[in-house]
Amino acid sequence: MSDLPMPIGETPEAAQGGIRSADWLEWLHGWIVTVDHKRLGILYILYSIFFLLVAGAEALFIRIQLAIPNNHFLTAQVYNRFFTMHGTTMVFLVGMPILFGFANYIVPLQIGARDMAFPRLNALSFWLTAFGGLLLYYSFLGGSGLYGVGNAPDVGWFAYAPLTARTFSPGNATDYWALALIVSGFGTLGTAVNIIATIFSMRCRGMTLMRMPLFTWLYLVVSGLTLVTITPLTAAQFMLLIDRYLGGHFFDTQAGGSALVWVHFFWIFGHPEVYVLVLPAFAIANEIIPVFSRKAIFGYPAMVAASVGIMFVSLGVWAHHMFTVGMTSVTNAFFVLSTMLVGIPTGIKIFNWIATIWGGRIRFSVAMLFCLGFLYQFLIAGLTGIMLAVAPLDWQLHNSYFVIAHFHYVLVGGIVFCIFAGLYYWYPKATGRMMSERLGRWHFWLFVIGFHITFDTMHFLGILGMPRSIYTYQPDRGWNTLNMIISVGGFIQAIAILIFAWNFIVSYFRGDEAGDDPWDAWTLEWTTSSPPPVYNFAVEPEVRSRRPLWDLKHPHDPDWEYEG
Amino acid sequence: MSTSTQVFPSASEREWKLPSRGRVGMLSLIIGESALFTIFVVAYIFYIGKSLTGPTPAQVLEVPILGTICLLSSSFAIWRSEHAIEHGKMRAFVAWLATTILLGLVFMVGTAIEWHKLIYRDGLTIRTNLFGTTFYSLVGLHATHVLLGLSMLSVVLVLALLDRFSESQSERFAVIALYWHFVDLVWVVVFTVVYLIGR
Amino acid sequence: MQRARMIFQWLVATALVSFHRSATAETTGSLPNIFAPAATPARQIFGLSIFVFLITGAIFVVVAGLLTVAIFRFRSTNSGTTIEPPQIYGSTQVELAWTVVPVLIVAVLFLTTARIIFVIQDAPKPKKTLDVTVVGHQFWWEFRYPALGIVTANELHVPVSPVRAPQPTYLKLLSADVIHSFWVPQLAGKTDLIPNHENTMWIDPHKPGLYLGQCAQFCGSQHALMLLRVYVDTPSDFAAWVKNQQRIAVQDSQVAVGRRIFETEACMNCHRIAGTAATGTFGPDLTHLMSRSTIASGAVTNTPEHLRAWIKDPSHYKDGALMPAMQLDDQQLDQLTAYLATLK
Ligand code: HEA
Ligand code: HEA
Ligand code: HEC
Ligand code: CUA
Ligand SMILES: [Cu+2]
Repeated sequence: MSDLPMPIGETPEAAQGGIRSADWLEWLHGWIVTVDHKRLGILYILYSIFFLLVAGAEALFIRIQLAIPNNHFLTAQVYNRFFTMHGTTMVFLVGMPILFGFANYIVPLQIGARDMAFPRLNALSFWLTAFGGLLLYYSFLGGSGLYGVGNAPDVGWFAYAPLTARTFSPGNATDYWALALIVSGFGTLGTAVNIIATIFSMRCRGMTLMRMPLFTWLYLVVSGLTLVTITPLTAAQFMLLIDRYLGGHFFDTQAGGSALVWVHFFWIFGHPEVYVLVLPAFAIANEIIPVFSRKAIFGYPAMVAASVGIMFVSLGVWAHHMFTVGMTSVTNAFFVLSTMLVGIPTGIKIFNWIATIWGGRIRFSVAMLFCLGFLYQFLIAGLTGIMLAVAPLDWQLHNSYFVIAHFHYVLVGGIVFCIFAGLYYWYPKATGRMMSERLGRWHFWLFVIGFHITFDTMHFLGILGMPRSIYTYQPDRGWNTLNMIISVGGFIQAIAILIFAWNFIVSYFRGDEAGDDPWDAWTLEWTTSSPPPVYNFAVEPEVRSRRPLWDLKHPHDPDWEYEG
Repeated sequence: MSTSTQVFPSASEREWKLPSRGRVGMLSLIIGESALFTIFVVAYIFYIGKSLTGPTPAQVLEVPILGTICLLSSSFAIWRSEHAIEHGKMRAFVAWLATTILLGLVFMVGTAIEWHKLIYRDGLTIRTNLFGTTFYSLVGLHATHVLLGLSMLSVVLVLALLDRFSESQSERFAVIALYWHFVDLVWVVVFTVVYLIGR
Repeated sequence: MQRARMIFQWLVATALVSFHRSATAETTGSLPNIFAPAATPARQIFGLSIFVFLITGAIFVVVAGLLTVAIFRFRSTNSGTTIEPPQIYGSTQVELAWTVVPVLIVAVLFLTTARIIFVIQDAPKPKKTLDVTVVGHQFWWEFRYPALGIVTANELHVPVSPVRAPQPTYLKLLSADVIHSFWVPQLAGKTDLIPNHENTMWIDPHKPGLYLGQCAQFCGSQHALMLLRVYVDTPSDFAAWVKNQQRIAVQDSQVAVGRRIFETEACMNCHRIAGTAATGTFGPDLTHLMSRSTIASGAVTNTPEHLRAWIKDPSHYKDGALMPAMQLDDQQLDQLTAYLATLK
């Protein structure tokens, strides 16, 4: 471990005390050159929260435009840019980095390590990701010069060929889209490699694979999945750039190229990608639900097996996004089956969570509330997913607001809820202060209400035949009232998120002191101080079970007597 | 401050051995790279025979036997140099490493000559037709990886010549060698697809 | 949590009510509701969807019910105890049970789905069908009836196909540029129009009437206004429509000036008017423009004012449409509109 920044002798005060002691330039410099996994984790998370606000604001513009029929608030072009940027940002600049931010912060602490396996690669990965985000947003300025509203990508986050060809998308906006995602993709690849190496090679004594906290287990699975998920997108984007810059013909339908090849490649990436996003959310729920139910997770081996199962099955279901492209009936049937099979391991997870709660003693802290919301919402989202997997039904619902509803139910109702849960749960560890539970409850209830007003209603619009990606609609289609309701819900969500942002900032200065272990939890990160010292653990820990702190707190009834 | 967790030493847990992070990292990277190549290979196979205009692979491609032999035997050479450094035989290490680099260079020169011929004699560029597009992308992607490998090996060679690379770094070298083996393996696939199936 | 559930139920109720209301109150024709099927494919899918909704609904009730019970029964009763509940680590029997039951459900769902896929997708093509070629363009639809020698745009006419004497229409789907998708919810699911790749679908509307739909794959700036109207005609109406479409354009000497403008400005490079020198194919065929009730792919109704405004500046209605503004003066516009108005 020669290249780890690990001043073992130092006190935590001296190592951490940036703000108070040195002047702010030095403080900033410290953050920029840092290779400490905790600081990088925090950078990732702050970066993502910033983009959550940006992409959320774009969603609000979308909702204003759609609130009434024949609206002229945004032009078609601006609307198209906004929904493209909203989707791209939320997936690549919010979802991915925040989830990898959690991994960065928590995984080394949970496995009793002093840093990631490759700290410098870790810093490089973050800055690549950050640069990718800036590049994407620079397209607003650089796509066509400074005039007007700029020229951000307007091809949808799936960027179907041949709409992305030079003929149909002149200018540079599409190039920014591809380049930005290639760059941040390299960052993501680096992080995935790093997490895998960390988990395999840096575990503390006694931390066998089957004793790892489920959070860490899921990140192992996610990182493995990321390796084979991000790279196909990178490959396809290389091809796109070859077409656009070197005059290649991969997706050039005039020269024998195939538009469908892009569609396949995109979803070979795109489907596993959504599981890359959701597995970390599961990871967070796996930590919080047991702690606040005061019970060990139910069926740990089954949870691990289900995660690995989801990873493998998810590689073979991509064409459920393509039921309408005219595949043969046998192919369609195959993808129906493979898609539905994902429901089985996912169901196992849901049941195990319920069984964990069952017989527990539930404390409704804000983190737990968000997890409970997640359980209901993810259940519904999964079931609408099953409906979409029914190919004939998907011929109707594909590209309608039903799909928009399905995936916001997972992405917002599942993932964003878990992200908030995770933020409330680990904030005390990272800052040493508690977030306000009172504001947190406001945040939770307003967000739940806004969420359901917005996204429940969207299902009905889909059934009423409203397609997605449309910047306006005719008043005579029966969509007016529902759209207005949805837009109102969006603004309620915005209020909730502003409350969160306020809570997040203010608690840093005024929150209650947290102490090492505010939630009475069981994994190793709660053994060290809050915030942890640079070197994490003064003495390398050693564990004998999945819940080392339980063993410590209950010396007469330790876990390792029960675990197989 | 940090509380150390309790220690319940048990015989089996006294020995605590974990895999080397370099190796795990490289293997992960290789898995990712394989997915990248898979996409390009699939595209190549899908587009075989779909070009609307010539030239076709059968008209212009010649099987690069020499380059292939060189690249594949470089895998053997690097394996020997791995062996050498593990046993501290630095002279042999340098010799085998230099051989590896030389063989890699021959392969690259072969590719360069091939491309020169294709571009200037046969008029096949990346924009000529689908075959040109897929051919240059796939072979070019692989060649980029060879170049990357060659530059890493060259750095090691220079360090070794300056006596800055020693037995203690054999683990690191093994990681680089792993990458080189992977690049060779990819060539077997590329070769089969482009020169055997695709022609 | 109780509050959450009450709010949730209230929301669902409100949504349902407004759903119903908006589905009835604003009606001017039939709405593109997938639950109001009017042809065999849509009806098959509707039946299947009810089945799927019931099964998933049942799963929801059971699982959400269990969760709710768990939350209520095991909520902490603020007594401040520090005694932990008994720890349970798993149970093989229970876990096996909740693996096997979903497997069975999936089997049932899959078999039902597969049946409907084959019924719709592999239905044998009857002898007596109408064949139409649909070509997607940025941002309008071209319809060709090869057997009848008709080319038209944006408004598809098909004969009604009574259950007892079926007369289905088979659509061959092509694209001239990017990917589009043909979707008229009441008639059938959608199928994409992909360049270099031919797709087919079929419809057999049971009742005459107007069915609305629109392009369902994002295809560029005016994807939203790539609307679609399907007129299902009675046999006699359809025959009359065919007869009219097969005629070449009306020649009216009163609007000869307008016609000359059409043929000297660039119009004729992009539009065809059968029987004149205009043979362009980049834009919609205008031979029987006035037989259509909307222009610009449904963006506005087909009235002389709208026509005039459209020609003056297409971006006024459809910013990004691929027809340029021709910089005509008012008089030319009037003459041109007058000419177009004769193309019945
Ligand atoms: C994190 C994100 C996430 C997750 C987890 C999922 C999960 C699932 N999704 Fe979703 N999906 C998206 C994000 C996600 N999806 C996005 C972003 C899109 C649109 C992309 C775009 O077009 O832009 C999309 C689109 C999408 C489509 C294509 C729709 C279309 O465009 O036409 C389909 C079709 O099959 C689908 C299905 C599923 C299924 C079956 C699951 C399953 O994993 C769900 C499994 C869960 C359950 C089933 C519930 C719990 C299980 C039980 C209680 C057991 C009992 C149940 C049974 C036996 C059924 N999704
Ligand atoms: C993680 C992913 C994620 C998240 C969280 C969201 C969140 C939201 N999404 Fe998004 N969405 C996608 C991923 C996501 N979405 C994707 C992938 C698409 C597809 C894109 C495509 O088709 O290409 C999509 C598309 C999409 C559409 C369809 C557009 C179309 O097809 O025409 C709509 C329409 O209503 C929508 C709405 C919303 C709303 C109201 C929220 C709300 O939950 C947002 C709540 C957040 C806020 C309201 C922010 C509040 C903050 C402020 C108000 C402060 C602002 C201040 C500053 C910037 C300083 N989304
Ligand atoms: C560069 C090609 C081009 C030229 C030149 C052109 N048009 Fe068009 N026109 C189009 C396209 C494309 C559309 C379809 C636009 C859409 O709906 O998105 C269209 C649509 C129309 C329509 C509506 C047709 C319908 O049924 O929806 C009318 C009427 C029309 N054009 C008239 C004219 C007249 C008159 C002129 C000359 C002054 C003209 N066009 C010049 C390309 C052109
Ligand atoms: Cu055509 Cu959307
Ligand atoms: Cu999917």
